Amino acid sequence: METLDQIAKKPGRAEEDGNAPVLAVENLHKSFGSQKVLNGISLSVKRGETLAVLGRSGTGKSVLLRIIIGLQQPDSGSVRIHSQDIAGLALDQMGEIRKKMGFLFQHAALYDSLTVEQNVGFPLQHHKKEMSKSERAERVAALLAEVGMESAAQKMPSDISGGMQKRIGLARALALEPEILLLDEPTAGLDPIGSSEIDDLVLKLKSERQVASIVVTHDLHSARTIADRLALLNQGNVVIEGTFEELQQSDDEFVREFLKHS
Amino acid sequence: MIDSKSTATVTLNSELPRPQIALPSSAENSSKGLIIQFLEWFGDLGIFFFQVLRAAVTPPFEFRELIRQLDEIGSKSLPLVALAGAATGVVLSMEARFSLTRFGAKSLLPAAIVFSVIHETGPIITGLVVSGRVGAGIGAELASMKVTEQIDAIEASAVNPYRLLAATRILACTLMLPLLTLAADCCGVVMGWVTQALAEPLSLHQFVNNGFNGASFNDVLPPTFKTMAFGLIIGLIACFQGMRTEGGAAGVGRAATSSVVLSSLFVILADVVLVKLIIIFFP
Repeated sequence: METLDQIAKKPGRAEEDGNAPVLAVENLHKSFGSQKVLNGISLSVKRGETLAVLGRSGTGKSVLLRIIIGLQQPDSGSVRIHSQDIAGLALDQMGEIRKKMGFLFQHAALYDSLTVEQNVGFPLQHHKKEMSKSERAERVAALLAEVGMESAAQKMPSDISGGMQKRIGLARALALEPEILLLDEPTAGLDPIGSSEIDDLVLKLKSERQVASIVVTHDLHSARTIADRLALLNQGNVVIEGTFEELQQSDDEFVREFLKHS
Repeated sequence: MIDSKSTATVTLNSELPRPQIALPSSAENSSKGLIIQFLEWFGDLGIFFFQVLRAAVTPPFEFRELIRQLDEIGSKSLPLVALAGAATGVVLSMEARFSLTRFGAKSLLPAAIVFSVIHETGPIITGLVVSGRVGAGIGAELASMKVTEQIDAIEASAVNPYRLLAATRILACTLMLPLLTLAADCCGVVMGWVTQALAEPLSLHQFVNNGFNGASFNDVLPPTFKTMAFGLIIGLIACFQGMRTEGGAAGVGRAATSSVVLSSLFVILADVVLVKLIIIFFP
């Protein structure tokens, strides 16, 4: 069995070949009881690329993200991060993979007993033990400034709005400088200016750090702004995958209906 | 997210025909179902314990969280445990005085009180009080974290929740129970003396001398250290019930209630076994 260090240091295909996907899911199936949620989904994202996953509520978009980060197990299919299959990895081994990923939860999932500052500093406190307290505080302040929340550092999550919690959740997801970002409804509950700031941040991460992102969203405007490709899900399948223009040109009835109402 | 259990239940309820008059078979089925449920619960508890154990013995160790839990579980339970121990000492003293006077054995009163408190009432009262206060607290806290995806967020941050949340709480319960038991024992003995002294003048020195006359370490240490098993049971069950919760606020309520009920029940059952073992190995 591979050691944690070996897993962490294993050179991915992406490092050898710039065009290889950083993250690839293949033929993913997931059911809850008799309800099929994912029915053979295959998607991939390259370094510096953003994929927006669209679809009606309950089509398994969030489940897809949870499977990618290993919070749920698929019934069949594989998830590969840097060409390594994550199936069957023990919790600590999976932890090494997760350090390369940032996850923004749909409802932010901030730790309600910690302040905003402690929430953002949580991954640093556990994984950057070489950092001094002042270095950690500086990094947290920079992350909060990046999402425009520096004034809320000492507040508790219960004292800030849902949209603000979302931004703090994003700052926490960025704390370990991930190579892969998984964002579940990043702009839901945000005002138009806040949404546009998050979009700018995702674009900045893409251009400056070559972060690969999968963004689950209902916000077509945001998806169009930040994503290189869009994938539309329906009944557990990818109906269409391509650029926004390709989606617009599609003859598929569901695609046309979805775009018409978005 | 879709609740797999509720989906399955809805499907079963709509697909299966309702039984007409089949009381015996339905009773049989329900008892079989209960047994299977109990065995499943026990199996899951075993797997959970193994995962926590594996996380607890591998680095990184969560010392800061452990110290926080020692304070939360130990020092914050102290007033309640001390009060319960003191009340038990008073009741035991009054009851023992009444019974022993009746049988002409009043001179054995200090020994009867001290031995009862140290051997049994101190440890079990501590176990039950802690299972109420700490069991409910841990169960509700972890359940609330589970339903608001905070435990998932910990996992997504590459931190092992079994190590951070469960191992620290279980270890803190296991370490603090003997210390809390000593506090309950002290309060019980002192209040036993106060009750006696109010009825009939008797110095504390005399009471303690008579009470501990002939007592050995075997009378104090095994009953005190058996509460480590109570702590393990309380911590393990409360963490398990909390971390497997589903179903929003109602689920949190269920987790808190079941943590208290199950941990109290298993503390009492464990006491039966441990008392027998202590009698065999520390006569």
